[in-house]
Amino acid sequence: MTNYPISIRPFGVHAILVEWPKKIDEAILEDILQFSSYLKLECLNTKEWELVSAYNSLTLIQRKQRIDFEPFKKQLETWYRNREGAHHSDKYLWKLPVCYDLDFAIDIAEVAIELGESVEKIIELHTSHIYTVYGIGFLPGFMYLGGLPKSLMTSRRAEPRQKVAKGAVGLAGRQTGIYPQESPGGWNIIGNCSVPIFDANREEPCFVNVGDKIQFYAISRAEYKLHKIEGEVGIYQFEKIKLDA
Amino acid sequence: MLKVLKSGFFTTLQDEGRFGYRDKGVPVSGVMDVNVVRKANNLLENEDNACVLEITMTGPTLQFEQDTFIVLAGAEMSATLNNQPIYNYKVYNVNAGDILSYGRLTQGFRGYLAIKEGFKSKIILGSQSQYYPITASGCLKDRDELEYAEVSSFNPKISELKIDPLLEKIVLKVSKGPEYGLLDDDHLENLFFKEFSVAKEYNRMGYQFEERIKGHKISMLTSATLPGTVQLTPSGKLIVLMKDGQTTGGYPRILQLSDKAISILAQKKFGDFVSFKLV
Repeated sequence: MTNYPISIRPFGVHAILVEWPKKIDEAILEDILQFSSYLKLECLNTKEWELVSAYNSLTLIQRKQRIDFEPFKKQLETWYRNREGAHHSDKYLWKLPVCYDLDFAIDIAEVAIELGESVEKIIELHTSHIYTVYGIGFLPGFMYLGGLPKSLMTSRRAEPRQKVAKGAVGLAGRQTGIYPQESPGGWNIIGNCSVPIFDANREEPCFVNVGDKIQFYAISRAEYKLHKIEGEVGIYQFEKIKLDA
Repeated sequence: MLKVLKSGFFTTLQDEGRFGYRDKGVPVSGVMDVNVVRKANNLLENEDNACVLEITMTGPTLQFEQDTFIVLAGAEMSATLNNQPIYNYKVYNVNAGDILSYGRLTQGFRGYLAIKEGFKSKIILGSQSQYYPITASGCLKDRDELEYAEVSSFNPKISELKIDPLLEKIVLKVSKGPEYGLLDDDHLENLFFKEFSVAKEYNRMGYQFEERIKGHKISMLTSATLPGTVQLTPSGKLIVLMKDGQTTGGYPRILQLSDKAISILAQKKFGDFVSFKLV
């Protein structure tokens, strides 16, 4: 196990920010997640602490108490050195259905022109890659996905839309992702995912965790409609594959 | 039940927030001015986390259907109970049929109505705080009905409190944010020697200001943000995230407001001035 040079800094009086080298790197993400699960399982009372990981950082947030920074920093450094052997939570590959029908994929024709490819090729490229969840934030259930191939890199829309539909699948720069609720947005919309990533009424409101993988697969309009009806009664059509640790 | 005859500009149920789901992107929410709500709940001998109404700018008209005890707190909103003026930080006994209404906002921006034992509503992901789409609706609507316990007798240990409600304060005490080190002398001089006036973009998610400081070209990886985090956009705009603010962000986090500073800012409205003081 690599010991990364981590930096530990105060973030107000109720939070502490731990940072790894500034890189988008699966090995770093893995180290952050292992440390995070070690802290949750062995070190911190999770009723009092929240841990938010994203890309190269882990933020520890105390619910009410002020953190005594210097001693806590020393303690964290010790915990980091001792983290070896900690269990880490299971990771999954989620195969999520996306309808790339032109009714949803309102920008796919423009994207195809920008990239000099056919619409079919765009769909093939988008569904053939596996993306890593580097963070969840911005909106409930919004996943920051890494691993978009260069061949799908596009510019953002010049003018953001006031309303992007819930479930819209977008491309922008090196990112792809799903809008978990209706919101303003500047990404190019190439489809719509029929399964809600976040639903406050589910026992587990957001099934995806940071560190999981995502792959999209194309579905027809008819399948999309069926999934929506199934979703209303609590049946969700996606495939979940456990990844080896 | 408490009948909402008129909902007012933006009235929400709030407790101390939704803790434990920030790693899934769910904002913590909860009362904006914790400082005054604690006092109101203390007077009623409620739990700190008891659910209150947060009343923004223009208050609602409310009718009580059972006896209970209430305390108002926060902004000065010319409240009346059956047309008789009532005041902040004082325990009032209300009877079935009584009508609470609000008049002109004279100071601050967010008022609170605390009720004996707190409002009862569905707890979603550990909190009653309204935040759409976690809760079905993001604020009260006309003709809503809110549940509360009937309480006929209560002898408060303290029935009235004289407090310094921070409404007139304009200095926001801050600590250095994680990316504070990116600021140069020009930034620092403007940040700490100027006053900033609240822009039209301000709500429970965040506050923006009219005045800008120098921009920057720094790109950073998205990382966690907190209520009270001050972000600096590439064009030099300052954004202070508040209780419904996003849980992660990609702008440099240059300052972090103290808890008290969040309460002070929560009472500011368009055109009000604040300044930042590093402690």
